[in-house]
Amino acid sequence: MTQSRVPFYLIVVSLVVAGLATAWARHVEMELPFWPGEQRPVWLVEARVDFQATGGEVLVSLDLPDNPPDFRLHTEHATSPGYGFSIIEEGGDRRGEWSKREARGPQTLYYKAQLIGGVSEVGPQPSPDDEQQAPKPRSLYWEEPQDTAANQLLSQALETSSTPESLTRELIKRLNNPTGDQNASLLIEEVGSRSLLLERLLNQADIPARQVMGLFLEDARRRQTLTPMVEAYNGEEWVLFNPQTGEQGVPENLVLWHRGGASLLDVTGGRNSGVSFSMIRQTVPAEELAVAQFSDSAFALLGVQQLPIEEQSMFKMLFLLPLGALVVVFMRIIVGLKTSGTFMPVLISLAFLQTSLLPGLISFVVVVSLGLMLRSYLSHLNLLLVARIATLVVLVIFLISMLSLLGYQLGFSTGMTITFFPMIIIAWTIERMSILWEEEGAHEVVIQGGGSLLVAVMAYLLMQLPLANHLSFNFPELNLVILALIMLMGQYTGYKLSELRRFRAMALEQEAAAGSDKS
Amino acid sequence: MKWISPWRLKKLGILGMNARNREFIGRYNTRSRYPLVDDKLKTKLLTEEFGLATPALRFVVSEQHAISHIEKQLHELDGFAVKPAKGSGGKGILVITGRNGGKFVKASGAEIDIEEIRRHMSNTLAGLYSLGGKPDVVIVEDLIEFDDIFEGYSYEGVPDIRVVVFKGYPVMAMLRLATHASDGKANLHQGAVGVGLDIATGRCLKAVQFGLGVSLHPDTKKPLNEIKVPDWRSMLVLASRCYEMTGLGYIGTDIVLDKSRGPQLLELNARPGLAIQVANGLGLLPRLRHIESLKAGLHKTPEARVDYVIKAFAEAIPEDPAAGPAQKIA
Repeated sequence: MTQSRVPFYLIVVSLVVAGLATAWARHVEMELPFWPGEQRPVWLVEARVDFQATGGEVLVSLDLPDNPPDFRLHTEHATSPGYGFSIIEEGGDRRGEWSKREARGPQTLYYKAQLIGGVSEVGPQPSPDDEQQAPKPRSLYWEEPQDTAANQLLSQALETSSTPESLTRELIKRLNNPTGDQNASLLIEEVGSRSLLLERLLNQADIPARQVMGLFLEDARRRQTLTPMVEAYNGEEWVLFNPQTGEQGVPENLVLWHRGGASLLDVTGGRNSGVSFSMIRQTVPAEELAVAQFSDSAFALLGVQQLPIEEQSMFKMLFLLPLGALVVVFMRIIVGLKTSGTFMPVLISLAFLQTSLLPGLISFVVVVSLGLMLRSYLSHLNLLLVARIATLVVLVIFLISMLSLLGYQLGFSTGMTITFFPMIIIAWTIERMSILWEEEGAHEVVIQGGGSLLVAVMAYLLMQLPLANHLSFNFPELNLVILALIMLMGQYTGYKLSELRRFRAMALEQEAAAGSDKS
Repeated sequence: MKWISPWRLKKLGILGMNARNREFIGRYNTRSRYPLVDDKLKTKLLTEEFGLATPALRFVVSEQHAISHIEKQLHELDGFAVKPAKGSGGKGILVITGRNGGKFVKASGAEIDIEEIRRHMSNTLAGLYSLGGKPDVVIVEDLIEFDDIFEGYSYEGVPDIRVVVFKGYPVMAMLRLATHASDGKANLHQGAVGVGLDIATGRCLKAVQFGLGVSLHPDTKKPLNEIKVPDWRSMLVLASRCYEMTGLGYIGTDIVLDKSRGPQLLELNARPGLAIQVANGLGLLPRLRHIESLKAGLHKTPEARVDYVIKAFAEAIPEDPAAGPAQKIA
């Protein structure tokens, strides 16, 4: 007769594993946090373009960051009254374009982007074109005497270096000490900027190099400009160098805004154009961020965040129900508490979630006791059962409206929230309790009613925990673990806690009997 | 001491609610056979078909409009019991013992008029007493004239004998006596006195009220240890035959002793309560495990099973019913 319990435990274990593994995978893949209220730093960067419009058609084109290393673009938008704005993507290079038929006088355009820092995936994210063919060094023409100076400088640097990286470092060292090197000072004077010179020298040495513009992020900075940097190609990937310091690699607080390609800013129909940057550090709930970022990920399909808000709030309640059911199962199977109606406590606790505990508790007790009084009168009217319960439903609705109005007049807006109680269930509860009262006395009514309320309050306390809310909504698959727990408790054949009291007399008398036997 | 440790309970062989539900009810009671006991009308018809003694069914009311015609039918009867077919725990049972002019006299002595009976029937039809509020039917059956042997033991109510039958073997029995506290009802948790009966002889082993041992009936002060149910073996055989009738492995049978007709089957219960253990001062588990260990088909007839049980489960009879049987495990 004893069935093998192996399949059962296999099911339970696989439920637990499936629930936890899915939750973990979603946590890792989508960066959904396990704890509520986790915050992530986000940089809000604002690029401001100023220029003087000359009165004709205006077209402003600003290079926008595309996949800067260590950062991820969260949101972006442009504010510029009267201008048309669009983002144009060409060969992996994104540009924002403002256009206007006619403009005159000083103009200001804004582009704002939220950048999430500390993105773990460090790997280079070059545009597809870059990956397919290694970049080629540009061919350059120097005029005399710069040509000789450049050649000398290069050959000196080549002597003390072996790789593209070390060559770059050597060059930077020489450029940063122009007083000691006449060739360097001559070239800087001629080319104008150190980064430009470095780029040209590297290209001359057959190392593909390009000038990039980086933005150093510092909280609450305004009117910042981009810092010119140089990227050199070492045969495998682009390596960033700071020509001022010789530092190699991308610093943590640097966003590569402009990388190669066309110019940073083009303005047609305007003069005196310039771009400056302001930035602030914000914190955004990690949960919100994860949902917004991974809306098209396969894992997002498992979440309900993609649904309309109205449905989401419904699911929020729905996914909490298993937790309430777990409490009921525990209280009835393990503890052995009597409740009136098996899952009525869960429904009451759901109502408490809407009303908050104390007002909910008070209004529930008031409605049920008033209902019981009305019901005792109804029993004299000798109505058929269905009609009597229907009458009770109507009366309960009246009671609740009256309480709500009264509460409103007294200044408790919470009185209104009482409507979240399921009317039909209250009516049935009143009916059942009234019959219980007639048949078994008030004592049993208090026991069962109190048991129901106790379970409801416990379920409520568990369900209102921010952690429980957060987990059940963001990781609904964890309900599989609850399911496994419920199934396990369904197997429990031990004594209930209440039975340890119920059968206590047995032990007392056994002891007495054993005592008298011995004496 | 307010609590008992689970290990103690286990040692005493007490059957808990969870174990009862899973290991016995869930395992030995086929779901499809539940209606046979949950619906008293079905039980009644089946009992009559199998020729088991039971109070005769007078008539059935299954429609609301039929309630207006009951007066004539009721007038032919002196005493009768009105029951919901799907009631549980004795709910909705109305016992009329006699007539006083136009009024009906209840078991408690209170008088009611026909209107109240009509209302009771109407409520019953609407499902007030049935599990889950499903529509029900009303059964009207003959009244039991209970045996004089229980005179002075039951206050305002019919004393009935609950026998738990496992796989056709009667394993434990108790007599339930209504008290003033229980309002004439035979439910132990409402204050009725439970008298554990020796399964071999039908003699009082122990008596409890509200879970505590008592020696005298609280209302009539009659000593409970003098109780010995007559015609005990035929009562056990009647209980045992319910196994063949229902096919349910674990049932509680409620039997009453009629003055002239002997043991009568009143109703069956597929989920018998656990209070019988308190009334007997004994745990059910050792007996249930013993029956489980028996070879299938060892005893083919109810009589053979009863004879086996009488030999296997006899207990030492104590002097004081408040103390309970002497323990073998002490």
